[in-house]
Amino acid sequence: MHKLLHDTPEKEVMLLGNESIARGAVEAGLAFATTYPGTPSSELSLNLFQISQETDLYFEYSTNEKVALEVAAAAANSGLRTMCIMKHVGLNVAADPLMTLAYVGVRGGLVILTADDPSMFSSQNEQDNRYYGKLAGLPVLEPSSVAEAKEMTKAAFELSETLQEPVILRTTTRINHSSACVRLGTITKPVTRGDFQKDPFNFVTVPAVSRKLHVKLLENLEHARKISNRCEHNRVEGKGSLGIICNGVSYLYAVDGVNDLGIKERVKILRIGLSNPMPDELVVDFLSGCGRVLVVEEGEPFMEEAVRSIAQAAAITIPIRGKGEGLFSRLYEFDPAMVKKVIADYFGIKYTGKTAVDKAGFPEIPQRPPNLCSGCSHRATFYEVKKAAKGMETICPSDIGCYTLGFLPPLSTGDFVLCMGASVSSACGFSKVTDKKVIAFIGDSTFFHSGMTGLANAVFNNHNFTLVILDNGITAMTGHQPNPGVDMGLYNLQGYNRISIENVVKALGVEHITVIKPFKVKKSIEAIRTALEFKGVSVIISKEACALHARSLKILKPRAFTVTDRCKNHRDCMDSIACPSFFIEENRVKIDPNTCVGCALCAQICPENAIVPLKS
Amino acid sequence: MDVKRLIMVAVGGQGNLLASKVLGEAALICKVPVKMSEIHGMAQRGGVVESALVFGDAQSTIISDGEADLLLGFEPSETLRAMNRCNSSSTVITNLDPVPPFTVAIGRGVYPDMETIKALIRERAARLIAFDAMALAKEAGTPMTMNIVLVGALIQTGALPLTRESVERAIETRTKKAFVEMNLAAFDLGFKEAQKE
Repeated sequence: MHKLLHDTPEKEVMLLGNESIARGAVEAGLAFATTYPGTPSSELSLNLFQISQETDLYFEYSTNEKVALEVAAAAANSGLRTMCIMKHVGLNVAADPLMTLAYVGVRGGLVILTADDPSMFSSQNEQDNRYYGKLAGLPVLEPSSVAEAKEMTKAAFELSETLQEPVILRTTTRINHSSACVRLGTITKPVTRGDFQKDPFNFVTVPAVSRKLHVKLLENLEHARKISNRCEHNRVEGKGSLGIICNGVSYLYAVDGVNDLGIKERVKILRIGLSNPMPDELVVDFLSGCGRVLVVEEGEPFMEEAVRSIAQAAAITIPIRGKGEGLFSRLYEFDPAMVKKVIADYFGIKYTGKTAVDKAGFPEIPQRPPNLCSGCSHRATFYEVKKAAKGMETICPSDIGCYTLGFLPPLSTGDFVLCMGASVSSACGFSKVTDKKVIAFIGDSTFFHSGMTGLANAVFNNHNFTLVILDNGITAMTGHQPNPGVDMGLYNLQGYNRISIENVVKALGVEHITVIKPFKVKKSIEAIRTALEFKGVSVIISKEACALHARSLKILKPRAFTVTDRCKNHRDCMDSIACPSFFIEENRVKIDPNTCVGCALCAQICPENAIVPLKS
Repeated sequence: MDVKRLIMVAVGGQGNLLASKVLGEAALICKVPVKMSEIHGMAQRGGVVESALVFGDAQSTIISDGEADLLLGFEPSETLRAMNRCNSSSTVITNLDPVPPFTVAIGRGVYPDMETIKALIRERAARLIAFDAMALAKEAGTPMTMNIVLVGALIQTGALPLTRESVERAIETRTKKAFVEMNLAAFDLGFKEAQKE
């Protein structure tokens, strides 16, 4: 039985934040869940996927976040408790349905989990998704701890059903990827069949209906404001004239800081857990007893601006600060010592912190950037494209996935990255306004996510570039989730269909399509060269399984290669493909037999034919 | 309860997430409050994996520069890189078996000298326990137990409010059945090695 399905109320277990949220959903009677995977939310989806194999929970990996939210919106409007999971930038993709779903509302509880990534541990930006709550007019719940994440997930379903609106559950990396002790609660049996009651004058958002629905949304928001003022998620702790208003993990750092500084008796904390709409009356009450207030929040001054505006309306003139010089930054995640220091400075308390070891005089420690894995087929494709494009001036828009790492030397194939799918569409623009050869790269999952529409645009508008689809048969970056091109039979999973990328590309009207096996180096370079010469949109589909995934499925049996004495030490291999299995010993290139999987890329490019399979 | 802060740094694949799980479980057995956080990110693609473990009555799940009481390094150059997490009273335990970053292989960096690494840590922290944990892991039966060798050394210092028995029980429940015996042997080897220092 899945560890999150044990019906053992009161038991205390160590859970990852994402597991805690999944358990909260199970305890709430979750019946339906959709997602597009993205760090730091991925383990939440994975756990629900596993749970769906053992229970009546319906779970799907949708093709993108917009699709996921639309599928979820229908389930929730048929009465089911539904969850839709994505990383912060995923909500940009889902923003279109989000804005109007707020008008339509829901009948069964719908919780939209958005995982923000301050400091961008694995994201392209650090946008603050609380603003989506404000933009759409939807409640935003923000847990401060792993244990609270479970309770708040349950509360989010309740709140959604009370308001008949979707609720945004906003986490940050340090909630999703922290572990702590969680007390289990009772599991609610989900209602898994729904019914949709036709009501076109509330569901069909033609202008006349939407004008009425917007009124209803504002009424719901007013109802939410009242709830925000009296709910347990917004609470005041302690007494004193020094006020701290904080949310999420900032609350933890503030509590630790106040304790360490020994000012607990003088500080009053307002912890905001329901941040949209802000609890205006509670804030006024809180401010009334304070001489000075500090707002502690990662990201944008979301609460700070709200609190200032609430204070202004109530004619309260005490200093309220948060972001600014000598205070908090809008950049990156916070840490406990930084929060403690700002609290001390702002309230004029002596700072007591530990002094970090001074690294002056340390030798320079070589960087350890992430690299494409040993045996990664992307490395071969990048190498071959570079060879085939030799002598051409190129621009290489790339996309979101492992293969983004191709931008690093020596492969250096990645010149422009925006968001999912942008490789194809930006290639349209680059090829139109420059005289360079444009070669775009996109992965299989990203192609299904949002590359297809860009490709349709390219064909229709008669653009001129080559698109390389790096088809490794899985969504690799986020931990090997399926996508519409994946053979689900590999996992003994029934009830799925499989879409051929080649057929899609053909159907979209691309006239020049080449399928290559990237570990056949010479043939691939020839085929790529022909595709690059084509005037118009040409597509190369580079098909080879993700080595990491194939190893875990035991489809790929590693067979290490070795460098023989024929090596003349000119290091073409090292300099052109930079496989992490290479290392230098006694000034010679060697291959680590423990990590080499035997893709034979290096063996094919060695002019001396000095690299051969290792005899076991 | 006194707060103890532990940072663990490793290269992807060295098993520090499992080491965190074992220590977390042991804390649960000892009824010691514990909070942990980890950065998975690009771990599988050769990057650095860092875990923070906070034992005792603190709320935060991460550890600021200078605030680590203990630093457990799975790779010597990564231990050195993480020294800013320590202060002059910190204890540092490190494996000495290097995993040179790929940047060294392509001539974009020089791996620091091992004696220099040790000397610098000794000079700036209160205590250093340094040994070849990989050799002991192999002695225990498989290189994969290197993480547990280091956990053994960590527990020997007595710096964490965890008993030896609780960690051994956690190893029994949290590591794969086929590896339990080897992991227990690895734990013992690490524990004894730290006694020598």
